Amino acid sequence: MIPATLSYRRASSVDEALGMLAEHGEDAKLLAGGHSLLPLMKLRLAAPEVVVDIGRIEELRYVRTEGDVVAIGAMTRHHDLHTDGVAGREVPLVAHVAGEVGDPQVRHRGTIGGSLAHGDPAADLPAAVLACDATLVARGPDGAREIPAAEFFAGLFTTALGPDEILTEIRVPRAADRGWGFEKFTRRRFDWSIVGVAVLGGSPTQPAVGLVNMGEAPIRATAVERALAAGATPAEAAEHAAEGTSPPDEPHASAGYRRHLATVLTARALERAAGGSPAGL
Amino acid sequence: MEERRVNVTVNGEPKVADVEPRMLLAHFLREVLGLTGTHIGCDTTNCGACTVNFDGKPIKSCTMFAVQADGHEVETVEGISRASELHAVQEGFKEEHGLQCGFCTSGMMMTAKALLEENPNPTEEDVRWALSGNLCRCTGYQNIVKSVLWAAEKMRSEAAVRR
Repeated sequence: MIPATLSYRRASSVDEALGMLAEHGEDAKLLAGGHSLLPLMKLRLAAPEVVVDIGRIEELRYVRTEGDVVAIGAMTRHHDLHTDGVAGREVPLVAHVAGEVGDPQVRHRGTIGGSLAHGDPAADLPAAVLACDATLVARGPDGAREIPAAEFFAGLFTTALGPDEILTEIRVPRAADRGWGFEKFTRRRFDWSIVGVAVLGGSPTQPAVGLVNMGEAPIRATAVERALAAGATPAEAAEHAAEGTSPPDEPHASAGYRRHLATVLTARALERAAGGSPAGL
Repeated sequence: MEERRVNVTVNGEPKVADVEPRMLLAHFLREVLGLTGTHIGCDTTNCGACTVNFDGKPIKSCTMFAVQADGHEVETVEGISRASELHAVQEGFKEEHGLQCGFCTSGMMMTAKALLEENPNPTEEDVRWALSGNLCRCTGYQNIVKSVLWAAEKMRSEAAVRR
């Protein structure tokens, strides 16, 4: 499959990329690792006239602690995030989930910024940054702005990013002392999650629960979080995992099956986050 | 029609070509350079038949533009043997019957080679995890895993002799 004809521009800095976006407007698409955009272009579901390659912007490839947060450059590849010592220690949920995306080949190219900016509800990392209450930093012609993860994912393949903005950094609160759990169910190891659940555990606040592929956008399992806050056990709270969701209904998995799976996986992820090992695993 | 110059080191040799920016790396390798050992299977980032090593790490060449490889190093299955001597991974696939139809084999071998360079002593689980992005439609996984473990053993014993 061959993408439509395109014009290729390569940016070596964020400023240069912003200039290219300003010049080409809605005709342009940003190319990071290419593992969300290229498959769509090959199917001609996307046919941007101009592709702005930001995958070589080294200033956006880093993981470092800054006070209470770990700052992750948007062009950090999944493999590098997964194997990063600081990320593994300070934001283990995000580091773990980065190692669960796709397969090794995909993780060698795909970036956290590209994955989040794509806004795919079936992707794993959005649920993790939601559960961690991360903040996303976008730069545009008027400077930088911070967007809470809870306000970033607006709908199917839609985010709060403007067409003239670039996601530059993901700021994840340090959580070395908090338990976590991530469960995903796939047919083959590298498939998109049929359903996935990311949990950032208890102390100092209640557990936070992010859901993969349970609606048009990546979402939090707010009913589960409310139940836990009201004193429910993890098993009881997990029964609420599908409340308020609208999971896709398609041949691989019906909506009803996904609702059931969400409750099972949420129970397991909560148990793992609490330091336990789910029964039967 | 826009063309871009691509400078890429393929199997140790510098290559230069002017290509359309929409050209995929897999097509560049096969059609521009004539290196047809890299196969295109599913063409949808699933099967891993098109796996090549990009700066030493396995990637799926159907999911990358050739222009993205500009200035980088690519290794394909054509580059892993030396003169008439097979690479240990190739020998392993021969000894342990690691292929049936052979379509997935070059991708499997590139992934395996990168694994063994990073981890000379992998467990069976390590091998299966490393190969999780490569599909074999003949479902010959048992022998593929045996082949990689055979190659690991061979490479370790060769390294021991050299020491």
